[in-house]
Amino acid sequence: MKKLLLPLTLLTAMTGSAMAAGNDVKVGVLLGFTGPIESLTPDMANSAELAFKEASDSSLLLGGKKIVPVRADSTCVDSAAATAAGERLISSEGVAAIYGADCSGVTGAVAKNVAVPNGVVMISPSATSPGLSTIKDNGFFFRTSPSDARQGQVLAAVLKSRGIKDVAVTYTNNDYGKGLADSFNNAFKAVGGKVSITAAHEDGKADYSAEVGALSAAGSKHLAVFGYLDQGGKGIIQASLDSGAFENFVLADGMIGDSLIKAIGKDLTGTVGTVPGGASKGAATYSDMAGKAGIKKDGPYVGESYDAGALIVLAMQAAGSADRAAIQSKIMMVANAPGEKIMPGEIAKGLKILAGGGDIDYVGATNVEFNEVGEVLGSFKEVEVKGGKFATIKIY
Amino acid sequence: MHSWGGRAVLTDVFDALILLSNFVIIPVLTYGSQLALGALGITLIYGILRFANFAHGDLMAFGTMVTVLMTWWLQSIGVGLGPLPTALLALPVAIAITIVMVLFIDKSVFKFYRRKRSAPALFVIASIGVMFVLNGIVRFIIGPNDQRFSDGERFIIKARAFKQMTGLNEGLAIKVSQGLTISIAFLLVVALFWFLQRTRTGKAMRAYSDNEDLALLSGINPERVVMVTWIITATLATIAGTLYGLDKSFKPFTYFQLLLPLFAAAIVGGIGNPLGAILGGYVVAFSEVSITYAYKKFLKYLVPENWEPDGLVQFLSTDYKFAVSFIILVLVLLIRPTGILRGRVI
Repeated sequence: MKKLLLPLTLLTAMTGSAMAAGNDVKVGVLLGFTGPIESLTPDMANSAELAFKEASDSSLLLGGKKIVPVRADSTCVDSAAATAAGERLISSEGVAAIYGADCSGVTGAVAKNVAVPNGVVMISPSATSPGLSTIKDNGFFFRTSPSDARQGQVLAAVLKSRGIKDVAVTYTNNDYGKGLADSFNNAFKAVGGKVSITAAHEDGKADYSAEVGALSAAGSKHLAVFGYLDQGGKGIIQASLDSGAFENFVLADGMIGDSLIKAIGKDLTGTVGTVPGGASKGAATYSDMAGKAGIKKDGPYVGESYDAGALIVLAMQAAGSADRAAIQSKIMMVANAPGEKIMPGEIAKGLKILAGGGDIDYVGATNVEFNEVGEVLGSFKEVEVKGGKFATIKIY
Repeated sequence: MHSWGGRAVLTDVFDALILLSNFVIIPVLTYGSQLALGALGITLIYGILRFANFAHGDLMAFGTMVTVLMTWWLQSIGVGLGPLPTALLALPVAIAITIVMVLFIDKSVFKFYRRKRSAPALFVIASIGVMFVLNGIVRFIIGPNDQRFSDGERFIIKARAFKQMTGLNEGLAIKVSQGLTISIAFLLVVALFWFLQRTRTGKAMRAYSDNEDLALLSGINPERVVMVTWIITATLATIAGTLYGLDKSFKPFTYFQLLLPLFAAAIVGGIGNPLGAILGGYVVAFSEVSITYAYKKFLKYLVPENWEPDGLVQFLSTDYKFAVSFIILVLVLLIRPTGILRGRVI
């Protein structure tokens, strides 16, 4: 038995790698499976992998190849750990492209340190810092979620339409929080609003009553929280309600999730916020698909994740190979007009058209259309907490 | 809003006082009580075993972890205390397990150095080792994340209800965890002082702390004194940690961070002096909260209309909370190394 074991292992290892080289194409799935947004990432990864599965199951991708997703942990906050994870995907796993990363800080770090120098395409579904619009990416970094510069404007418009004129702002002390707070403050002042105080908060503290005390001293009735729902953002809201400092909250995308309502309870009723997403035809179709696959339909960034995954496989097909540079050269072509419009669930149709030498315009769940730096303008949902969940009020 | 009519002035003064109570006084009393219980443990070990126990923060984390696990188990079988948190029911078992743990640590680590009559510095280094081991055990068992284990009623008075009741602009919120912390801390301190002043064992402990050789000559069993000290320390640490966790949240790293304010409290009050530890706890808590609070709204109620301050009137940003305990620590060591009530010179 012992004698058999070694050759057997070798054989399995060899056939395994032979198969990977022959019929499988590896694609990295780099998200914060641990850390401040760990409650969101499983649904995001499942959405992207749904697109990969659709392509693999069609047997049309590059003449019948399968996509093998390789998951890695971006941690959302630790740039060194995320860079190491990206390095592993690119050098030891040999992925053709990377779907991810998620939070803005780590995404910028992975793009700058690993993906761009190695010529690997990265499509982030959720990195929204305005700073990422101007990084030197040689055309290798894309994102299917709009920059926060846009979210700040939409949020300011939402508050104006509701007659809210005076808010205190607190943001999580990182690229995402700072970028969003800056863009919101500018946009809100431009529409005639007043920001009484802007203060950062650190994630991972036991107690936020001191922060809340300072915020409430400025005298606003509404508190805008640009943080994370599993972290300091939740702590700030809890401490505000406990001390009676604020009862009305304004939230941005990082705070929108059912776990927040579960943690805080009915005191959150009436809270407004914005989250990327729209009422396009694709959104409804995708919502059905996601529901069937057991993915939370209204979860943040699930549609964007599906679209990022779909773009990777479609570009691969358009290039006719899983070569890294070839994928990069075709992303814009498959994402933008002209061409046959491709909706969610129609990846097989897209693959077929591309195989026949045709052109497609991927629309997907979120109306993907890239601008010249490879990011979408996007649409936003205004949401309000009603009856224990985030209900969509209006699309911007 | 501000006028000089009699009633309006009176409500303004009340509003200012309520505001200050809500954001400064009640949080300080709660946080101060938690620090006082923790600092008492540090000071007892320092007074009797004669070393600064760096493992104290993680001992609190260990005790709280046991409470959390017990609480979850009690919740899963449906046992609760109604409006009070189930954790109170879990506390005695957690204290017992923590006592077993510290006695085991003392036997396997500190006893060795005691027998060799090692220098205090060696004890301190050994306690840092114990700190890391406890740190690892807690993370291994319950993980590094935030854990919630509070249940029952959350509030004694809610801010909104207080406003409706009194008709004032400002609300006062008192959480159950705050009420519990303050009352339990008070009872424990009374019990501890009664024990130290009135019982034979307590007197033996004080004698041993004052002069080890004289105590030995008069027939006091040193190992027994050491054991009782550890038992009291473990009890205080578990209760302090659980109250802190109920009031805020349980996360191993924040307990490790508590070490700085705890030592500041023990040293400010006069290390080795139990009364000093309690005083120190409140002094540190009051400094941390009052220096980082923004007084704009408070002043707005008290000064005439156009004197309102433009800025927030905040001395330090809340990010500097830990720096406050550090500054206190340095100042006390420089100016009055014995602490407010004369303790030992560290």
